[in-house]
Amino acid sequence: MHVTSPVRPPLVTGGKTYADVTEDVCRHVEGKPTKEWKIAFIAALVVLIYGTACLFWTWWEGLGVWGLNKTVGWAWDITNFVWWVGIGHAGTLISAILLLFRQKWRTSINRAAEAMTIFAVICAASFILMHMGRPWLAYWALPLPNTFGSLWVNFNSPLVWDVFAISTYFSVSLVFWYIGLIPDLATIRDRAQNKVSRFIYGTFAMGWNGSAKTWSRYEYISLILAGLSTPLVLSVHTIVSMDFATSVIPGWHTTIFPPYFVAGAIFSGFAMVQNLMLITRVVYRLEDYITIEHIESMNKIITLTGSIVGIAYLTEFFIAWYSGVEYESYAFINRATGPYWWAYWAMMTCNVISPQLFWSRSLRRSVTWTFFISVIVNIGMWFERFVIIVTSLHRDYLPSSWAMFSPTFYDIGDYIFSFGLFGTLFLLFSKYLPVVNMAEVKAIIRSSSERLPKNISGVAKGARVANPSFNKDAE
Amino acid sequence: MAELTGKYLVGVFDDDDVILHAIPKLRKAGVKIHEVYSPFPIHGLDDALGHPRTRIGIAAFLFGLTGCACALTMMTWMLGFDWPMNIGGKDYISLPNFIPITFEMTVLFTAFGMVTTFFVTNGLSPNPAPVLFDPRSTDNKFVMAIEMGKNKMSEEDITKALRDLGAGEVNIKQF
Repeated sequence: MHVTSPVRPPLVTGGKTYADVTEDVCRHVEGKPTKEWKIAFIAALVVLIYGTACLFWTWWEGLGVWGLNKTVGWAWDITNFVWWVGIGHAGTLISAILLLFRQKWRTSINRAAEAMTIFAVICAASFILMHMGRPWLAYWALPLPNTFGSLWVNFNSPLVWDVFAISTYFSVSLVFWYIGLIPDLATIRDRAQNKVSRFIYGTFAMGWNGSAKTWSRYEYISLILAGLSTPLVLSVHTIVSMDFATSVIPGWHTTIFPPYFVAGAIFSGFAMVQNLMLITRVVYRLEDYITIEHIESMNKIITLTGSIVGIAYLTEFFIAWYSGVEYESYAFINRATGPYWWAYWAMMTCNVISPQLFWSRSLRRSVTWTFFISVIVNIGMWFERFVIIVTSLHRDYLPSSWAMFSPTFYDIGDYIFSFGLFGTLFLLFSKYLPVVNMAEVKAIIRSSSERLPKNISGVAKGARVANPSFNKDAE
Repeated sequence: MAELTGKYLVGVFDDDDVILHAIPKLRKAGVKIHEVYSPFPIHGLDDALGHPRTRIGIAAFLFGLTGCACALTMMTWMLGFDWPMNIGGKDYISLPNFIPITFEMTVLFTAFGMVTTFFVTNGLSPNPAPVLFDPRSTDNKFVMAIEMGKNKMSEEDITKALRDLGAGEVNIKQF
């Protein structure tokens, strides 16, 4: 029996029964695509096609179409890569870290957040491929004996660590997500009214039957996957930060980078989850599952991680002065007052000041404010990476090498590509897969529902029986 | 998953608590329960049914050890023996630098090995039409299957016991 503290607000409102959960979540999977979905999907596709055309030209012509120069050799490509990878981190945090901490509110949002993780990592990986210039040679990053002899990759390099970290992160997240999907796919399979969807969902449901033994192993491996994903997600952004921190560029060569990057990643990721969930809950009428409590909890995490990021900025600045290294001091003064001052102050305002507004209870429980600040946070986090990368590079050691970076049509087009890709994938997910983890929500309903209905399974409410002929066969 | 044969009594319950409390009473009465199917994990169900604790964690640990060993062997052999390179004056085999990849490979092997084990031990494979005792068990019903061939009690007695303990329906399923 569960005992819940009475002061804790319910996580699922509306007195939902188990059957209601199935119905509410499956409704949009089973129904025809709505007009709004079609419009959004076509819009995303158009953006994707435009971006693909830009990307095609980037690869056809070479990276010369970008605004890079001999001083600023990394700009939007790596900014976008770090930005997308960071966004992905919130999904793993929700599904893994909050599972370890037994935070039940994660159940309503983990599915969509993990999907976001996977799509964001795909977008991030696309920038890695882009910045290689010759993506068809991407396999050179793997430890394969090459044609010139058995010269191996340099395992001392964080860039090679990144190859392993990102690919492990992507594949383990995908597996974690898929394992969570299996029971829900089985639910859809058993409700399916037509043969095609029964076959497709059934195939991916892997013959799931929900037996006690299967569930017990399922819970066990979910726990271990969460235990693995937690250090994994921290390692991924740590290694991303080491791409910078192990170099000798002033502004990059800092030991604070790993925790600072991880906090920033979770910060921007939660902001993206908020943006996606605030739209999803309205479009799919999931307000009873993704409640103001969920939004508020996420806003608290945004404030916490935003404050960590803020402290990191100040610490960096202090250490730049305290270290007495003039290159380091100059890099930071130049960030705040040099030609890229506007990027620095955009970052400071968006990331340090805006999340502090959530100390106000009414603001952090307001859907409009949450959406607005989440957008601001994501803009700020993009600027953070831009500031770290471009302002650290643009003032080289020799003043004769000083340069500025300005994005070209293709820099922008390739960034737009990632939005098209992300939007298309997320829309496909939100239409054809259950956006809320039904099994996990059902498991918390007894302890966390607004009121416990007398007949919780919802027979009285006319629960839908998928295949009534089944029972006749049995007789 | 073993093929199902014979005749089964299928008790369909509406509530997870009811079925959980019914199990020890049925087992005490001498009923052998084949398996219980539910739309979500019910804590305490394994103990009630007397299922042994899963050993998948041991498998996961061994997969992890394998990944760890593979990664270290690979990097040590490649950079230490096959083609040693002087990189920034570091040792050919510089263990601290090998830790990140060792960690990633450990996680990768553990996750994939464990999930493969999970699929194999549960008999899960791409199968669009598995045999289910009641398809509502993935929606909102809690289903208990009792194999008649393995029970000494009569069908009527078990049916009555199931009904008394809160089963909404008792069906018969013949394979």
